[in-house]
Amino acid sequence: MHHVLTDVFKLQSQLVWHADDLPKNVDAIVLPGGFSYGDRLRAGVIAAHSPIIAQVKKMAEKGMPILGVCNGFQILTEAGLLPGALLKNTSLSYICRWTEIIVKNNKTPFTNKFKLNQRIPIAIANGEGRYYADKETLHMLKKNNQIVFTYGEDVNGATMKIASICNKEGNVVGMMPHPERSAEQILNPKDAKPASMIFESLIKTLGVTA
Amino acid sequence: MPSFLVNVTIENKPEIVDPEGNTILNDLVLKDKRTPVKKIRSAKMLKFQIEAKNKESAEKTVVDLCNEFRIYNPLVSKVSVETLSI
Repeated sequence: MHHVLTDVFKLQSQLVWHADDLPKNVDAIVLPGGFSYGDRLRAGVIAAHSPIIAQVKKMAEKGMPILGVCNGFQILTEAGLLPGALLKNTSLSYICRWTEIIVKNNKTPFTNKFKLNQRIPIAIANGEGRYYADKETLHMLKKNNQIVFTYGEDVNGATMKIASICNKEGNVVGMMPHPERSAEQILNPKDAKPASMIFESLIKTLGVTA
Repeated sequence: MPSFLVNVTIENKPEIVDPEGNTILNDLVLKDKRTPVKKIRSAKMLKFQIEAKNKESAEKTVVDLCNEFRIYNPLVSKVSVETLSI
């Protein structure tokens, strides 16, 4: 993620240790994927108690763009910044392959350059990626336009094939697929342009000029 | 101070698919055509060894910390608690 932000999109990105403070003058926060605490107990739950998450919550309340990818998405749900939960895939397998996701909300800081229903070739890599929401939560997600991406196929048993959601305000987005593994043509077997638009949307939001 | 073992069993709510339990049932247990078993649900158990003045206090301490630290996710899981003297 750091490589893509700095080397591909030329953004000033800084890695921050979970026990340290957020740097001042931060414009956006990205919680990358991985396996914090080895997914012990539940993916993301222990990291959600990290000291820095309290600061992430404050920034979320202020409207800062925040993106959680894979384990980052799991942490955001466990921290209560996003509704629902990520359960073990129905197959119980770790799934690592290419798929397509479909844009359902192009109003977020990470999707504002997309057309609705645009398809994005993208990598998925997770064991606990089955998004689950109960009826009430699902009703709220639909009502508030909080479903950001859906899968083009049933990859893991996720409710309504949901791959990504946002908070009610739209500034906090969580997604299971990996845009950072899909935004360079040398890595993407189809087309890297759509996935790169997730980062270009952020650049547009921040008003960054080259 | 007496010691207790508080066993916390965490399982998915009934409406949530349990692929592990289903696989154990369908691909193992039901291979015995005469089995009376109808359903299997998988769960995780955490065993807390704790010192407390009594059983009720031990159980309350563990339940409170389970809620405080989100040991289980109330959206998807339910818990049952059993406390034993040791």
